[in-house]
Amino acid sequence: MTDTRELQLIDPELIGGTLENPTLIGSECGRCGTVTFPRQRSCPRCTSEDVRPRELATRGELWTWTVQCFAPKAPPYLVGGVEEFEPYGVGYIELPGEVRVEARLTESDPDRLRIGMPMELTLIPVPGASDKLTFAFRPAEEDQ
Amino acid sequence: MSDDVAIVGLGIHPFGRHDGVSGLEMGAIAARRALASAGIAWKDIDFAAGGSDAAGNADTSVSMLGLTGVPFINVKNGCATGGSALTTAHAMLASGAAEVALVVGFDKHPRGAFNPLPEDWGIGSWYGETGLMLTTQFFAMKIRRYMTEYDISASTLAKVAEKAFANGARNPNAWRRSPLSEDEILGSRMVNHPLTQYMFCSPGEGAVALVLARGGRIRELARTPVYLRSVTFRTRRFGSFEVFAPSIPIESAPSATTEAAAAAFEEAGISPGDVDVAQIQDTESGAEVMHLAETGLCEHGEQEALIQSGATALAGRLPVNTDGGCLACGEPIGASGLRQVHEVALQLRGEAGDRQVPKECRVGFTQVYGAPGVSACTVLTV
Repeated sequence: MTDTRELQLIDPELIGGTLENPTLIGSECGRCGTVTFPRQRSCPRCTSEDVRPRELATRGELWTWTVQCFAPKAPPYLVGGVEEFEPYGVGYIELPGEVRVEARLTESDPDRLRIGMPMELTLIPVPGASDKLTFAFRPAEEDQ
Repeated sequence: MSDDVAIVGLGIHPFGRHDGVSGLEMGAIAARRALASAGIAWKDIDFAAGGSDAAGNADTSVSMLGLTGVPFINVKNGCATGGSALTTAHAMLASGAAEVALVVGFDKHPRGAFNPLPEDWGIGSWYGETGLMLTTQFFAMKIRRYMTEYDISASTLAKVAEKAFANGARNPNAWRRSPLSEDEILGSRMVNHPLTQYMFCSPGEGAVALVLARGGRIRELARTPVYLRSVTFRTRRFGSFEVFAPSIPIESAPSATTEAAAAAFEEAGISPGDVDVAQIQDTESGAEVMHLAETGLCEHGEQEALIQSGATALAGRLPVNTDGGCLACGEPIGASGLRQVHEVALQLRGEAGDRQVPKECRVGFTQVYGAPGVSACTVLTV
């Protein structure tokens, strides 16, 4: 990520911070405190419209996971080629006290994924659009 | 009783692949069969409801069935299409607005996984481009978490599919009619960990129609009416873990299935322990495992012993998905919910042929589930 000038985020509504230190942007309800991702204009829990953007924690724990072993259809995926497809991990990461976020995982080896393992936010190229970045979570050090 | 509603006619078009036959045609064939089994004609129907997810508007089938002027409501409600049609017909009959009604569900999907577009589900295009717009991922992640919380084994997932294909082999209307062993299922291609190819149903084709009647018309039309004691339908609550969710709250809530099932039993005045035969949404093996407990048919965690002991097989204490379920019949979205009701009705009437449950069946239950967190349940009795 040395030359970041030509890279674009998949959706600037989702991701804030910098390319080196990204954050996910969710929302927080001013009435009941419920945190959502992505941003919503009203609270799904109490229906309040007093909702503001909130930068979410960048570390959390893997709540559940799978490995996507077949190529998704395009659209909505951008690449249609089955030949070039590499299996990828998908999981929900529980951001403590906030929300569980669904994301791509940088790890796709089922033997190296387990519920409860620490994870941290990162950015990865969008498959089929290497100039675009999307968010993902990668395994993090246990002791941080 | 005058406000009773019962199923008096059953019709099905076989599930599977039927090149050259449209979904609408399959629906009309199922409708004619249901009418014939009730001994009535299309002109005798005074209300109809039905739909498909991807095979057209059900009401256009009047051009095949007859232009009788009947009020016909189109339903398009994802996996709850059949349940919604049934809910509508039940309300019309129970209120006395109609005497004899027909519901129909059909579908015809292309090969391979469904490819819904995020924009149709209120999510940005980023979700699909990132590779998250797949129902299979949700089911895999839900059962992964559940297996850890409740000690469910991969062997149990395979046994659910083994049972489905064994039942499907006895069902002339099923798509997959070859038995598969637990080892073959576990050893098949991995699709989404921990779920393999043969643990998943495939999008397919098929149609089901039911004729329903109220009050005094019931006995005129059926020797063995199957009473629709309740039909309930729920969407998701804040905190439940459902399909196509970019995030889920940490605060958890019962699923749409849990609430729909509880309401169905309460409305019927029947408890889950009274159920003799059940059809449960088995989009994949894990769904059957989890839905068994969400519907109240067993406790959470009890499934491991229940399934390993054969209790959910045809000759077991609680036979589940006796027609092979979605796993063996495939998933034509608009038809599956009514297929479940059709199968329970056959079992309760003792007309399920080679797959007839050997014990006496008086009470049946069905549960359908789909994106983005909808569930419809019925309680049926003879």
